[in-house]
Amino acid sequence: MSEILKHIGVLVGGLGVTVELSLLGFVGAAVLGIALTIMRVSPVTPLRAFGTLYVEVFRNIPLLVFLFLFVFGLPDAGISFPLFTSEAICLAMYFAAFACEAMRGGINAVPVGQAEAARALGMTFTQSLRLIILPQAFRTMVQPLANVLIGIVLGSSLGAAVGVSELTGRVQILELQYDEPLPTVGLAALGYVVITLTIALVAGRVQKRMAVRR
Amino acid sequence: MVDQADGTSTPSGKVLLSVESVNKRFGDFTALKDVDLQVAEGEVVVILGASGSGKSTLCRCINRLESIDSGRVVFDGRELPQEGTELARLRADVGMVFQSFNLFAHKTVLENVTLGPIRVRRTPKAQAVEEARALLNRVGVGQKESAHPAELSGGQQQRVAIARSLAMHPKLMLFDEPTSALDPEMIREVLDVMVGLAKDGMTMVAVTHEMGFARQAADRVVFMDAGQIVETGPPEEFFTRPRTERARDFLSTILQH
Ligand SMILES: Nc1ncnc2c1ncn2[C@@H]1O[C@H](COP(=O)(O)OP(=O)(O)OP(=O)(O)O)[C@@H](O)[C@H]1O
Ligand SMILES: [Mg+2]
Repeated sequence: MSEILKHIGVLVGGLGVTVELSLLGFVGAAVLGIALTIMRVSPVTPLRAFGTLYVEVFRNIPLLVFLFLFVFGLPDAGISFPLFTSEAICLAMYFAAFACEAMRGGINAVPVGQAEAARALGMTFTQSLRLIILPQAFRTMVQPLANVLIGIVLGSSLGAAVGVSELTGRVQILELQYDEPLPTVGLAALGYVVITLTIALVAGRVQKRMAVRR
Repeated sequence: MVDQADGTSTPSGKVLLSVESVNKRFGDFTALKDVDLQVAEGEVVVILGASGSGKSTLCRCINRLESIDSGRVVFDGRELPQEGTELARLRADVGMVFQSFNLFAHKTVLENVTLGPIRVRRTPKAQAVEEARALLNRVGVGQKESAHPAELSGGQQQRVAIARSLAMHPKLMLFDEPTSALDPEMIREVLDVMVGLAKDGMTMVAVTHEMGFARQAADRVVFMDAGQIVETGPPEEFFTRPRTERARDFLSTILQH
C-alpha cells in the first residue's frame, strides 16, 4: 500500500488527464451535438436524414469498437493523430449523438404552440429556435447533458485499452507492477466518483438557477 | 370605413385574401376539399362548423402554418411561397390568435408584445415599448406588463396574445377559437376586444361559436362541414334561415348549449 502511495502523484496526474479529455470531449460533443440537433429539427429533409443517421450509427456501436477503429483503423488509411487527440476526437464524435438526443429531448419538451406562435409572428426558423425554443429547452436539457458528461468521464477510461495514459491507464500499469488491485483500482474508482458527483452537484445548481429565471 | 348608421365596418371591396380550390390531406384523410374563400379588406368573416370540420386547418393554411396539397392562397396580391424568409415576411402581416394563447412562457408580457416588432420589423426598442404599452392598455392589461404569462388569467393571456399580434400592424387577423379555452366570465372581455377591433375596420377571419360576436361584428358567416364550405351568408340570415340541412342540424346542436 505504501508503495502505491509513493505513486499518488502519478495517479493525480492521470486524473488530470481524464478531466482534460472529458472536458475536450464534452465541448466537442456539445458543438457537434448542436449542429446535429439543428439538422434534426430543421425543415430540410436531407439534413434531417443525415442527423438521424449519425445518431443511430453512434448509438448502436460500442465506444471501444469505435476507439479501436479510429486508433488502429485510420492509420491504415493514412490518417493518424497522437493518442490523446484521437481519444478526445472519438469521445466528441461518439457522445455528440447522445448530446443531440439530450438537446432534442429538451426542444421537444417545449410545446409546439410556442414555435407556431413564433412562426406566425413572422420569425424565421433560426429566430424562433434562438429566441423562443432554445431558451426554454435549455432548462430541461441540463440534467440529460450532465448525464452525457458523466458518460464521457466514465467512457474516457476506455482510452486505457488503446494506450492513453489517463487515470485507468496509469492504474493498470501500477497494478501490473505491484499486483495490488484493491488499493490501485479502488483509488481510481474514488477519482471517478469525485468527478461525477461534482458534475451532478453543479448540474443541480444550474438547473435551479434557470428555473427561477423562467 | 365605418358606416355611420350602425357603426359596423363595411368591406371596401378590395380582395385581401383569396383561398382558391385549396385541398389539404393528412395521409388518406382529406381535411379540406376544394375550399374557396375571398375576404375583402375590412371584412369580418366568422367560420362555423362542427368539431373536425376543418376550421382550424383552414385558418392554419391561410398563413401556411400548414402546407396545402393543391390550390392557392393569395394574400395581399401575392401567392404564399414555400417555407423561408419570404413566407416569414408575409406571415408578419397576418396576426394569429390561438385557442391556447401560446404566449412565450419565458418572456414578460411586455417582451411578448415587443419581441416581434423588434426582431422581425426592426422597430427601435423605445418605439416598440411605447407602442406595446399603448396596446396593452387598449386591451386592458397595461398594469401586468412585467408579469410572466403563467401569472395571468386565461382571459388576460388571450388579450396579451391579441396585443402581441396587433403590435405587428397586421393587415389580417386570424382567430382560432380564441375563447373556447376560457371560463365564461373571461369570454366577454376577449370578445369585447375583438368587437372593438372589428369596429376599427380590421380585416378578420375568426373561428368561433360565439353567436353574439358573429351577430355583432361579422359581415359574413361561413359554415363548414367535412372539409368543405357548404353555406355562407350574412349572420342574421344564417342564424335565422339556414339553407342547408347540415347547417340546420349544426345550429340546433349549438343552440342546445
Ligand atoms: N396534424 C394532423 N394530422 C392528422 N390529422 C389532422 C391533423 N390536424 C387535423 N387533422 C384532422 O383534420 C380534421 C380537421 O381538423 P381541424 O382541427 O381543422 O378541425 P376543426 O374544425 O378545427 O375542429 P375543432 O372544432 O375540434 O377544433 C380532423 O378530423 C382532424 O382529426
Ligand atoms: Mg379547431
